[in-house]
Amino acid sequence: MGKKRTIQLKEHIIEIVSDSGEGAQKAAVTFAQACALMGGGLWTVEVIPSEIQPPPHTTGATSGNRIRISEQPVTNSGDYANLVMAFNEMALLSRIEQGVLAEDVVVVIDDKWASDDDPRIRQNYKEILDGIKARGGSVIEVPLEAETLKLVEDPKKGKNMFAVGVLAFLYDRSVEVLHRIIKETFRTKSGAVVDQNFALMEAGYTWSEKHLDFQFQIKGLASEQSQVVMNGNTALALGAIAAGFKLCSMYPITPATSASHTLSEIFESFGGMVHQAEDEIAAIGVALGAYYSGVPSLTITSGPGMALKTEFQGLAAMTETPLVIVDVQRGGPSTGLPTKIEQSDLLHALYGAPGDAPKIVLAPSTIEECFHIMTTARKLSEEFRTPVIVLSDANLATGQQLFPRPELSMDNLPPPLDQNPVAPGTKPYDWDKNTGLSRRLVPGQPGGMSVTTGLNHGSDGKVRYDYSSNQLSHTMRSRKLATLHHALKTPSIYAEDEGDLLLVGWGSTRGAIEEAVDRARSEGVRVSSMNIQFLNPLPPGLKDAFSRFRKVMAIELNYSDQWGDPLITSESRRYSQLSMVLRAHTLVDVDCFSQVPARPFMPTEIHEVILKENAKLVSAGASVKQEKQHAKAV
Amino acid sequence: MSLLNIDEFVTEDCEVVPRTLEDYASDTPRWCKGCGDHGVLMAIQGLLRDDQVPPENVVAVSGIGCSSRLPHYLRTYGFHGIHGRALPLSLGVKLARPELNVITIMGDGDCFSIGAGHWVHTLRYNPDLLVVVLDNEVYALTKKQASPTSRMGEVTNTTPHGSYLRSMNPLTVILGVNNVSFLAQTTTWFPQHMEETLRRAWNHRGLSFVRILQRCPVYMPHMFSGPGQMVSMFLEHQDGVPFDHSLVRKANIMAHNPRDISAAHTVSLMEDVPPVGLIYWNPEVPTYEEVRHGRSTAMDNTEMLNRLNAHMDKYTVRLNP
Repeated sequence: MGKKRTIQLKEHIIEIVSDSGEGAQKAAVTFAQACALMGGGLWTVEVIPSEIQPPPHTTGATSGNRIRISEQPVTNSGDYANLVMAFNEMALLSRIEQGVLAEDVVVVIDDKWASDDDPRIRQNYKEILDGIKARGGSVIEVPLEAETLKLVEDPKKGKNMFAVGVLAFLYDRSVEVLHRIIKETFRTKSGAVVDQNFALMEAGYTWSEKHLDFQFQIKGLASEQSQVVMNGNTALALGAIAAGFKLCSMYPITPATSASHTLSEIFESFGGMVHQAEDEIAAIGVALGAYYSGVPSLTITSGPGMALKTEFQGLAAMTETPLVIVDVQRGGPSTGLPTKIEQSDLLHALYGAPGDAPKIVLAPSTIEECFHIMTTARKLSEEFRTPVIVLSDANLATGQQLFPRPELSMDNLPPPLDQNPVAPGTKPYDWDKNTGLSRRLVPGQPGGMSVTTGLNHGSDGKVRYDYSSNQLSHTMRSRKLATLHHALKTPSIYAEDEGDLLLVGWGSTRGAIEEAVDRARSEGVRVSSMNIQFLNPLPPGLKDAFSRFRKVMAIELNYSDQWGDPLITSESRRYSQLSMVLRAHTLVDVDCFSQVPARPFMPTEIHEVILKENAKLVSAGASVKQEKQHAKAV
Repeated sequence: MSLLNIDEFVTEDCEVVPRTLEDYASDTPRWCKGCGDHGVLMAIQGLLRDDQVPPENVVAVSGIGCSSRLPHYLRTYGFHGIHGRALPLSLGVKLARPELNVITIMGDGDCFSIGAGHWVHTLRYNPDLLVVVLDNEVYALTKKQASPTSRMGEVTNTTPHGSYLRSMNPLTVILGVNNVSFLAQTTTWFPQHMEETLRRAWNHRGLSFVRILQRCPVYMPHMFSGPGQMVSMFLEHQDGVPFDHSLVRKANIMAHNPRDISAAHTVSLMEDVPPVGLIYWNPEVPTYEEVRHGRSTAMDNTEMLNRLNAHMDKYTVRLNP
C-alpha cells in the first residue's frame, strides 16, 4: 500500500489480550519496552486470571496487559482503552464486560474465528464485532494465526510476536529497537528461537505495512535523565537491597510473590538470601529473630498473610524489635480477589495486633517510591525500634512505569553490627522519657545480656505485672510515634492550597486522582488533592490544611456504604478506611468516595465525582447566599 | 620476646577468672517446688560453665508456658516469644548470626501442638540449635488442660471425664522427617543422664532435639509415680549417652546403634517403657545456615553497591545503545 495516513496523538491506551498461556503478556512487555526506549510516558498494568490454565476461549481466561503511552510522563493506567489487540472474541468480550473500552475503540482481532467450525463461535464473533461497530468503534481483522502458521508449527508460540509486529507498525515503533529487546528477552534461549521471534515480529510489521493505510504517531520526548522501567515489586526488591536488607523471609502469596522471585534470583549475589518459610507465621518469625540479632530483615506478604502475621507484629511492637513488613494489598475479605487491586488493609495495618501495638505505616504512591521507601522503612524501624509496615498494592506490584534511575548511596546502608561491650547492667529499654527512644542491645554485645519478652516489662527488660510499669511501657512505645509525628512535614497539596474541594488519597491512586484534578481545574473547578504517605503516625497540619477547603473527601479503593443506599444513614454508614482515620484524627467531616472495582480507578471516574460534588457545593453556596439575603431582608 | 596470641594473652596476662555457675544465673526461678524445670536450668547452666561459653554469645529462645520462662533465669541473651513460635525465632537468629549459640526451650503444648508446623519444618531445615522440649504431658501455666502427650483417660479441666485419644508419640513423628540429625530422650529424675544427654546434644552440629520427660508436681503428681512407672529403657552405645550402670538393672539396658534409622524407629515405638538416651544421630546432615551462607556471596558495601548499580543497567532505558 502506498502513502500512509498519519494520525497524531497525545496519548493512547492499548490493551493486548489473549487466552492465558498464549503470550499476550510477553507481547505487551516487549512492546512496552520498545515504547520506553523511544521516550515519552509509559504505564503498564497486567490483566491476570487467577488460574494458571482456565478453560480456553472464555472470558475468564483473559490474560494480557494494558499499556498507556503518551508524549508526557504518565502516572496511572488511564481511562478507557483506545485500541485492543485481541487474540479471540471472548478475550475482547471480557474487556467489554469490564467496561474498560472507549466507545470509539479500535479492535485488532484474529479473523480466524469468523470462519470457525463451531457455528456458535462464528455467531459470537459476528455479534461482538457488530456491537463494537454499533457503538462507534472500528475493527481491523488480521489473519494472526494463519500468518503465524507460515513460520511456526504451533501458533500458540508465535502469535504474540506477530501481534507485536502489527502494533510496532501501528504506533511507528522502531524494528531495530524491537530486535534488541527480543534478543534480551530470549537471551537464555537458543539463537534459533531469537531468529524465529525476529521473523514473526517482522512478518507482523510487513503484513501491516501492506494492508493498513494509517499509522498513529505519538511523539515521545526523550528524557535528559537516565530512566529505568520496572514494576513495583521489582522496585521493592531492588530497593530492599539498596537499603541494606540481608534477609527476606516469606511464604508464597499473590500478588506479593514476584518481589520474592526477583530477590530469590539475585539476592545471594549481593550477600543476602530469601528464606521461604513453612507458613506466613514462620516467615515473619524468622525475619524478627534475624532482625533481633542485628541483621536487617523483611517479610513480604498480602492481606491473608498479614492476618496470620498479626501476633508476631504485636511481639515486635512489644519487644521494640525492628522489622519491616511489606503488604502488597489485594482484594479481600478472605481469599477475595488474589490478583486484583484493593486498599483494604489500612485499618488492619494500623490496629491489627492484640492490645495497643503502635506501628509505623507507610504507603508508596508510585513505582519509583516503592524503591526508595525501603530505605525509609529500614531506617525508621531501627531508629524507632518498631515494626514498619509498607502498604503497596496489586496495581503498583504489576504495573510498570518509567522513572529516574535511582542513585545508590552508602548513606542508605545500615551501620556495621554493633558488638561493642556495654557496662554490665545496661538496660535494654533505657527509654528517653521525652521521646520513648532507647538504644537497642544486640546479641554478642558483652555486658548487654538481657531478656526480650512479650510480657509487660520494665526498662530493665524484666517482667512486671504492676499498674505503673504497664502504663509506662505503653506510654513509651506510643511516645515514639509522637516523636516521629513531630519530625514529619504536612503533605504538600496538589494544585492550590485552598478551594472548594480537597481529595485525600493514599498509595497508588495518586496518579488517577491528580489527573482528575487537572481535568476539573481546567474546567474551572477549585479542586485540589493530597496524598498521605505516612499513615501512622499521621503527619502534622492536616486539620489546618483541611480547613481551607469547603469539603474534604477521601478517595480509596476499599468498601464504604454509599449515600442513598437502603438503610444507609449518617448513623449507619460505614465509611472508607482512610476517611474513618481522618475523621477521628481531625474531627473534620471527611466524606468518602470509595469502591472495590477490582481494578485501578480511572481518572474519569474521579473527575465525575469532582463535578458532582462541585455541583452540590455550588447549589449549597447559592442557598447559603439566598438564606443570608433572606435574613437581611427580614 | 615472643608474641602471644590472643588466647595466651588473655590467660597469661589478664588472669581471667573462670566463669562459675553464678555467671550464668539471673533471677531466682519462680517455678513450683519440685518442678523438673529447676534441674533443666541447672543442667544448662552447668553445660555453659563447663565449656566456658561467653554468655553474650548465647541466645535462649522460648515460646509460652512454664518451661518457656527459662531464658529469664539465664544470664545470656534471651528471647521469650509467643506461643508455639520459638523455632522460627531461633531459626532467624541462627540464619542471621551462625556464630551465636542458640538454645530453644519449649513445652509439649508449645512444640507438639500450636507449634507443630514449625517443629516438623525446622527439623527438616536442620539449623544448629539445641532444642529442648520439657514434656510434662499437660498445659500447666494455664491450669491443667490436656496436651497432645496427655495419656488416654487423663482427667484435666478440658477433659473432665478423661481424655479421648491416644497420646501423640513425638519420637515417631520426628523420625519421620527427612534430614533429622539428632534425637535423644531423657528424664528429670535421672539428673546425671539428663546432663549427659544435654552435653551430647550441645556437641552435635545440627538440630539436636532433646525431649525431657517430666512430672508436673501440681497438676500431674501421679504421673510416673505408680509402681514401675519410672522405669525406663537405657539405650547403650559408644556414640550414645553414657550412664552409671550401677544405678540401672540389666533388664533396663538395651544396646542401640543411634546411626541405624530402622532401629531408631523400633525404639521410638516403645511407649510403655520409654527409651532414654540417644535414639538417632546423623552428624553428616548439613545445617541450613551452612547451606544458605554457602550460596550467598559475602562482600563489602562498596562492592555490593557497585554490583547493584551494574544490575540496574538491565532496567535502564538507553536511547543510544
